Amino acid sequence: MGPEYEATADQHHVDDHDHHGAPSGIKRWLFSTNHKDIGTMYLVFSLLMFFVGGAMIMIVRAELFQPGLQFVDPAFFNQMTTMHALVMVFGAIMPAFVGLANWMIPMMVGAPDMALPRMNNWSFWLLPVGFTFLIATLFMPGGAPAAGWTMYPPLVLQTGDAFPFLVFAIHILGASSIMGAINIIVTIMNMRAPTMTLLKMPLFVWTWFITAFLLLAAMPVFAGAVTMLLFDQFFGAHFFNAAGGGDPVMFQHIFWFFGHPEVYIMILPAFGIVSEIIPTFARKPLFGYNSMVYATASIAVLSFIVWAHHMFTVGMPLAGQLFFMFSTMLIAVPTGVKVFNWIATMWRGSMTFETPMLFSLAFVFLFTIGGFSGLMLAITPVDFQYHDTYFVVAHFHYVLVPGSLFGIMAGVYYWLPKWTGHIVDEKLAKMHFWLSAIFVNITFFPQHFLGLAGMPRRIPDYSTQFADFNMMSSLGAFGFGLSQLLFVYIVYQTVKGGKKASSEVWDNPVGLEWTVPSPAPYHTFETAPEVR
Amino acid sequence: MSKQKHLVRFGLTTQLFVLVAAMFGFGFALVPLYDVFCQILGIGGKTAAQAAEVVEAPDLNREIVVEFVTTVNEGAPWEFSAGVAEMRVHPGKLYQATFFARNLIGQPQDGQAVPSVAPGQVAKYFRKTECFCFERQSFSANEGRDMPVVFILDPEIPRHIDRITLSYTFFALETLAGAVTKNPSGI
Amino acid sequence: MTNSSGIRLAGKITTLLALMTIAPAAVADMVLNLRRGVTDISQTVYELHMLILWVCVVIAIVVFGVMIVSIILHRRSRGAEAADFSHSTKAELIWTIIPVIILVWMAVPAAKTLVVMEDFRDSEMTIKVTGYQWRWHYAYLGTEVDFFSSLARSSNIARQVRSGVDPFSVDNYLLDVDKPMVVPVDTKIRLLITANDVIHSWWMPSFAVKKDAIPGFINEIWFKANETGTYRGQCAELCGRGHGFMPIVVDVLSKQDYAAWIDAKDGGETVAMVDSTTAAEAPAVAEELSGEKLYNISCSACHQVNGQGLPPAFPSLVDSAMVKGPVAKHIDIVMNGRVGTAMIGFSTQLGDAELAAIINYERNAWGLNGGDTVQASDIAAAR
Repeated sequence: MGPEYEATADQHHVDDHDHHGAPSGIKRWLFSTNHKDIGTMYLVFSLLMFFVGGAMIMIVRAELFQPGLQFVDPAFFNQMTTMHALVMVFGAIMPAFVGLANWMIPMMVGAPDMALPRMNNWSFWLLPVGFTFLIATLFMPGGAPAAGWTMYPPLVLQTGDAFPFLVFAIHILGASSIMGAINIIVTIMNMRAPTMTLLKMPLFVWTWFITAFLLLAAMPVFAGAVTMLLFDQFFGAHFFNAAGGGDPVMFQHIFWFFGHPEVYIMILPAFGIVSEIIPTFARKPLFGYNSMVYATASIAVLSFIVWAHHMFTVGMPLAGQLFFMFSTMLIAVPTGVKVFNWIATMWRGSMTFETPMLFSLAFVFLFTIGGFSGLMLAITPVDFQYHDTYFVVAHFHYVLVPGSLFGIMAGVYYWLPKWTGHIVDEKLAKMHFWLSAIFVNITFFPQHFLGLAGMPRRIPDYSTQFADFNMMSSLGAFGFGLSQLLFVYIVYQTVKGGKKASSEVWDNPVGLEWTVPSPAPYHTFETAPEVR
Repeated sequence: MSKQKHLVRFGLTTQLFVLVAAMFGFGFALVPLYDVFCQILGIGGKTAAQAAEVVEAPDLNREIVVEFVTTVNEGAPWEFSAGVAEMRVHPGKLYQATFFARNLIGQPQDGQAVPSVAPGQVAKYFRKTECFCFERQSFSANEGRDMPVVFILDPEIPRHIDRITLSYTFFALETLAGAVTKNPSGI
Repeated sequence: MTNSSGIRLAGKITTLLALMTIAPAAVADMVLNLRRGVTDISQTVYELHMLILWVCVVIAIVVFGVMIVSIILHRRSRGAEAADFSHSTKAELIWTIIPVIILVWMAVPAAKTLVVMEDFRDSEMTIKVTGYQWRWHYAYLGTEVDFFSSLARSSNIARQVRSGVDPFSVDNYLLDVDKPMVVPVDTKIRLLITANDVIHSWWMPSFAVKKDAIPGFINEIWFKANETGTYRGQCAELCGRGHGFMPIVVDVLSKQDYAAWIDAKDGGETVAMVDSTTAAEAPAVAEELSGEKLYNISCSACHQVNGQGLPPAFPSLVDSAMVKGPVAKHIDIVMNGRVGTAMIGFSTQLGDAELAAIINYERNAWGLNGGDTVQASDIAAAR
């Protein structure tokens, strides 16, 4: 059985005498130390970046709509693919998860706020600074970074004036993530309601707890790698220059030592969200709570020993290829456990299909498809055929769009009534879901075929045999992009008004956040609630 | 909130920051660690950068083909070639091969040859007692000269190896000078 | 866009929309799957791919099947009452152990294939492959044969931004080169792969080989083609602006044809490119020497068709002191490159007349009207 949460009636003080309510005007946001305000800022910022990154990929898909170069120069095309990835990873997905963590973790563990509120403010405000640098590179001589988000040297060293700004932006964004992660760990360790033991924590809190440790272990390594690039470029170091005794492949090892955990940083919190939502709408406790926690932890640990499967083609000794193939295949086991547990949670439940549940079900279906292609990619000899083709593009977009992004959307639809006090327009939300789910498949499924047929990734133009699927994929992408405008409208509408939401919002959901009124008061859980 | 709890919180925060600093350091520590791994596993096929001490013990029953290939990086104005395309060698015996380099411009310049061996895992069996790749080579204007490498294959070299490639890539050292002479875009 | 391609586009969109809504059968003639290829290894890889694919399909049918059944049956609108079980050690053990068994079962043939791929014994010939921004160079070890292999002219013209040329009118658009790698059939060929500037990756899908070309390091792969024919691939690692435009073509000839080819090449040709008029391109000889065409092919990737370059990475030629200054310096830089920059020397890639034509074009185009006329003999003298 999962833990039971209960708060006694007067444990949340709607207007607490020791604290004032929200300050008004710009100062409320600029100097905010309130986890809910900061969470809101993170979420709004990530939505903005989602559209910036989306606009970039619309240019890419427009160019790929048919063979031949119709719109942009290949150099600009490369800038767009590179910036799309950087913006989506560091600007959209990660901040969205941090925003959800800010809003929900204190409420879910019965804490009054994040443990380090001033640092919380700082970690948010670093984001716009970092992205100002990153976006500004578009207007610099030589253009924005164009060597892919993986930034492999020596190619990345051919970047124009943008190069130091790229490195600096990554340092800033990394610092922001690290501080966010520290805050989350300290909040979970020190601010939990005394009666909430670790194994009573909601799964979302657990997955974020593990994710935060991944961030602390991975981000500094990434910062180190780009610092070494900076040294190579400007201070005559030869970390990655063969002429000076360095090795460009070493960058790839260090990058993916960060990069693979990064992949899980972007999916584990989504696992957590889905693990909150499915039990609510199946009206049945989460199946295998403990094994869910252990599976998440083992995925996290394994993520540090599989990195080289991103680079099977660099020329590794046989032993290395075998090791990384086996370790990668092993990840399928805990991931499988998670999927089976979700299905077992649904099994013999009493399901209803509100929008958060729809997004969660699509998550389970489509993330699993991404998992299958991941398993195929793990098989080294076959990976030589898949590597750096659209098959890989299809794979990681299945994991990141209907995976991470749908997880975020599910979470937003699930908790939006709690944040705003208003019920979401279910009809519109369902329309948003179906449009997104259909277009995401039209966009990314054909890319599997493109990859198998032999289309390399990151090319601005392609042979005519790839034309049909590319056109299909582009049409899907345009449709998906447009559908997301509906999401903005739905969120706006819900913030502005709508049917009043009850504290519980849904049908008997489990968790402390449902014991406070909707909208959640500015300060919650000034005194710790009781968890049985 | 109690003062004690406050202290616990900052203690944990400090520990986590120490963890971050340690991981940052670890990123850099990966550089020497990687070299160690490469030497053990033979990744990248880097051979040792210093002269080896060897004892000759020829294994006349085995013959291995050693191929020599040369590359000039970034189309630099150098001519660089191997004296012979390949040699048949016995493990445990010292051999000398000659490479020829010529400076194609009318002013002095330095170059550095970077060795690489394929298959990578035989790098540790490929010992050099003398090599022009151990140090940078200075050439006067339009100078061309032969440069020797003296090598020996360790008789312990795995049985299934019947062919080894020794590759040298010649880098013009100006491209190495970094901030000073490099153009700002680094190209 | 030309009128015909506009019509084709409209037709395509209609077909695609139809495809998406109705008939998957109509997709049958599209390439949907990995190719079997023409080497033993590529066949094995194909079979491995199919094995894993089917394993995934079967697992998907089971997992999604259970999920769909649950979604249909266990819904409140059908009056389903929620059970309240929340774990079962037995079930959890089963779905941990079964995947492990499946994985081990898949890992064994994969590992065996890897071992074969890494077995370089008894290779019969070696070709050194060097990746350049943005072309390939092939050197046949033990012979004098070495040459650059660049994107075919027809594709190169069509692929310029808003070129006005319909890609569908170009044979093997972006998958054709001026000079393919030529190898004999049924021969174990070892490739040594390296790069000149940045990392590239040599990929030939029909042989199931892909290996990164890394500057300063040498990698090796091997293949043994079982069938003669022409096989096409592309660079697989992002290598800058021209990444999509450095295809790989391998002509697999019978052993006799190959022997004749290598004999004609060896000794007959020491430097590349000079006899770039292969039979197929013979009619184009007349425009072979147009400086503008040559410039657009060899130089415009960086310096742009309009000569403005992409500063600071690739300097403008229009305002260049080199172009306006003494011609000797200009010849020197075009032939030998500029140390410490991306400017490579073209002396080994182009013939005297071609180099002269390019230099003349650069000095007189874009309103520069420098008036110089460099002759092929000037280039020969500078060699």
